[in-house]
Amino acid sequence: MIGQPLDRIDGPLKVTGQAIYAYEHWEPGQPLYGVIVGATVGKGRITRIDTDSAEHAPGVRMVMTHRNAPEQGARDESVPMEYWRAQPVLTSPDIHYHGEPVALVVAETLEQARAAAALVHVEYAAGRGRFDFAAYEDEAYAPKEANGGFPTDTEVGDFDTGFSTADVRIDQRYTTPYELSMPMELHACLVQPRGEDLIVYVSCQIVDAALASIASTLRIDPARIYIITPFVGGGFGSKLGIHAETILAAIAARALREPVKVALTRQQIFQLVGMRPTSSQRVRLGAGRDGRLVAVAHDVTMATNPDIEFAEQTAATTRSLYAAPHRLTTHRLTPLDLPRGADVRAPGEAPGLLAVESAMDELADALGIDPVELRIRNEPAVDPESGVPFSDRHLVECLREGARRFGWEHRPTTPASMREGRWLVGYGMAAAIRKHFQGQATVRVRLEADGTAVVQTDMTDIGTGTYTILTQVAADGLGLPPERVRIELGRSELPTSWGSGGSWGAANSSTATHRACVAVREKLLVTACGDTGSPLHGLDPAEAVFAEGSVRIGGADEALSEILARNHPDGVQAEGETRFMGDDPNYAAYSIHTYGAHFAEVGVDADTAEIRLRRMLGVFSVGRVLNPKTTRSQLIGGMIWGVGAALQEEAVVDLRSGAFVNRDLAQYLMPVHADIPDVDAVVLDGYDDKANVLGMKGVGELGICGAGPAIANAVFNATGVRVRDFPITLEKVLPGLPLMDT
Amino acid sequence: MNDPDAGGAGRSWAETAPLSAVALRVNDEVRRLEVDPRTSLLDALREHLHLSGTKKGCDHGQCGACTVLINGRRVNSCLTLAVMHEDDEIVTIEGLGDLDSLHAMQRSFVERDGFQCGYCTPGQICSAVGMLAEVGAGWPSHATADVASPRIALTDEEIRERMSGNICRCAAYPNIVAAIRAVAKAGTQ
Ligand code: FES
Ligand code: FES
Repeated sequence: MIGQPLDRIDGPLKVTGQAIYAYEHWEPGQPLYGVIVGATVGKGRITRIDTDSAEHAPGVRMVMTHRNAPEQGARDESVPMEYWRAQPVLTSPDIHYHGEPVALVVAETLEQARAAAALVHVEYAAGRGRFDFAAYEDEAYAPKEANGGFPTDTEVGDFDTGFSTADVRIDQRYTTPYELSMPMELHACLVQPRGEDLIVYVSCQIVDAALASIASTLRIDPARIYIITPFVGGGFGSKLGIHAETILAAIAARALREPVKVALTRQQIFQLVGMRPTSSQRVRLGAGRDGRLVAVAHDVTMATNPDIEFAEQTAATTRSLYAAPHRLTTHRLTPLDLPRGADVRAPGEAPGLLAVESAMDELADALGIDPVELRIRNEPAVDPESGVPFSDRHLVECLREGARRFGWEHRPTTPASMREGRWLVGYGMAAAIRKHFQGQATVRVRLEADGTAVVQTDMTDIGTGTYTILTQVAADGLGLPPERVRIELGRSELPTSWGSGGSWGAANSSTATHRACVAVREKLLVTACGDTGSPLHGLDPAEAVFAEGSVRIGGADEALSEILARNHPDGVQAEGETRFMGDDPNYAAYSIHTYGAHFAEVGVDADTAEIRLRRMLGVFSVGRVLNPKTTRSQLIGGMIWGVGAALQEEAVVDLRSGAFVNRDLAQYLMPVHADIPDVDAVVLDGYDDKANVLGMKGVGELGICGAGPAIANAVFNATGVRVRDFPITLEKVLPGLPLMDT
Repeated sequence: MNDPDAGGAGRSWAETAPLSAVALRVNDEVRRLEVDPRTSLLDALREHLHLSGTKKGCDHGQCGACTVLINGRRVNSCLTLAVMHEDDEIVTIEGLGDLDSLHAMQRSFVERDGFQCGYCTPGQICSAVGMLAEVGAGWPSHATADVASPRIALTDEEIRERMSGNICRCAAYPNIVAAIRAVAKAGTQ
């Protein structure tokens, strides 16, 4: 089964509308509806809040503000990961960012709650906020470390000398905008109080984090909380943690002793769930005439919320990408009174590679070397900073295979030299690299007496394909057809995992599932081989093959159902575990990454500078692929995020109020059908034996890494215009367009 | 609008709004409801009829997740009020097909992996079914090369243009187009 393009197990549920998401559970009965009121200033203090009208509005059961909200646990930085920390809301009259919750209104119907929310009257003393990144960029400070545990700065060799003596130098600044995860399912939570317990239906990526976060915020025993989240309508980082909707629903449900549900509006999702902060990145590349890099520096400054520091690891990816003896990377932060920065799909790589892979294209252009060839010439033999060997690096194969399949040889070597009617046509490429992380996961596999297997873990499926791949792993592990495997996910009473995030969910949970299957097999073999009634009696368990619901050793075999019936009438179960990478020596001894190469063709309208993607191909190396169908979908999805990052996505701050002015889906542009032509992803065969026992690595974020700069480089190739301020919108290209006779 | 400071103990206009009776014909069944006149068709389906297959992605007509078919035409159900649909024939994703008998479009989405998280999917599927009918009826789009032609060639550009009101953040677009194309092909054979 592993390696087969199995259709998604949960596919029929999803296409018939039977997959139930957080806001849609009716088991608790008719809930009350909560609506959040947000601050209309970006910085300041509530001077007066009048809830009288709202309280007396029809159907209203509760209006909660900082004046009557219960005391909550404080955010505790000694808890190692942000998503496990308390997330208190409505704690004071102080406003830290535009849209910060100032009230929750709970009513019998959504219409009543929404109408009453509009009646909450708030007056503010507006303060002077810091909203303008460019104005404060120079006041940046160095964080203790970057997100993901990466060091803030690194230095190898002597960058200044190496750079100043290089034959050819690129020294450019690139900027990237605020960007948001924007999953299609609104962040939502439904809480049912049951005695002292809380049943929490919440849209989240990490059940264990949601549990810890709710428990510490409400200061209740985690054992009293039951999280249920069988389906999650996308996460992309913003659902790694829980937010105001969950805390407020839980507080209200507890106070009212009735089920309460709260969803953020789409507009509130721009304010309350974190974002990728804007960045300013200086990239310096020094190379010899032969294209070999002698010096690489990547200096990053990004915005952060002053109270909740987030240092996106934007320069970290540069540390493992290309060989060069002299190297420097730095991360700096500028505090601004804006919503918190947070992980958005491919934190670090997504903005970092936009800069570095654009700079590599600039270097290729300055040297007159083909961009693919330039990258091949800088392929390192070992990890260029840590000096440890690569576990399984196939970047060069991805580059070569991609170039061949895409027809890279047809790329116009001179920018702005290919024209088709109104369209200036260009090709671009970029490399993809992403560190593979490993986190904790425990999976329980139970083989029932009837020969069906149940796989249980609190792992989530946020569209990543968990239900499907765990089916495949367990089917293989126990020699069962996939119909006889049932997967149970997303409930806090199941064995814990670090959920979906950081592209680690598939490998963590699959590896643990595999180990649990191995343990179940061992238990079965001990009894079967020791059972005089079994045809397997006395045979060597090491020779056993599990297939088609039977165990075979040499010429003898016995059906699983018979072994179970005789020896394990209640079934057999075992747990398997995946360790945190910090406890796995391979992750220190090897540089473990996934790789790829993106190739894009764009057309740019010669008169209007409208940019259209025409086709795009990614070739990737991710170790072993469990399911080529779902893997390709993940990779394509990531690549299309790269299209958005290159050409469309930007949350724009009103520098007076600190509000995102384009906070809806009509104005925050994300790729839609018409923006996406032929996009394909190809995965090389592989197996990374250092990553884990299955040889697999994560794919959820790799697709974005490098996808944006491939498009940016294609725009340059088409027009000769280099835009370093992302996204590349037509008004930035238009002034530089070559004049043409038409 | 109500002025909260104008006295009257905050009695809003909402209080005086009586519930309205409406009979909706949803998936071939007449469903009688008493709803707040402010209730969108989307919320009536989800919160009153518990037909949560129709999704809310924005509540503002900007994402397409709430697409249903009303008298055969695709409509963003968040942008229309339930009380406006007395006697209309409403088809939601639950009415297109069920687990035992998937609609051809549903099956094609599964086979081509036309989704990941599945949240935009019911809207994509309803939209695709409505869209094929529009093409069949000869309605031109921005992508139609010859708007005067009575028969519209269903190119990938046509599909993409006509499906652009349905956002998929998982970005399953190439697979969605493939799924729709396969159904259209099978239908014309
Ligand atoms: S929910 Fe109706 S268009 Fe988005
Ligand atoms: S499948 Fe997730 S938004 Fe489309």
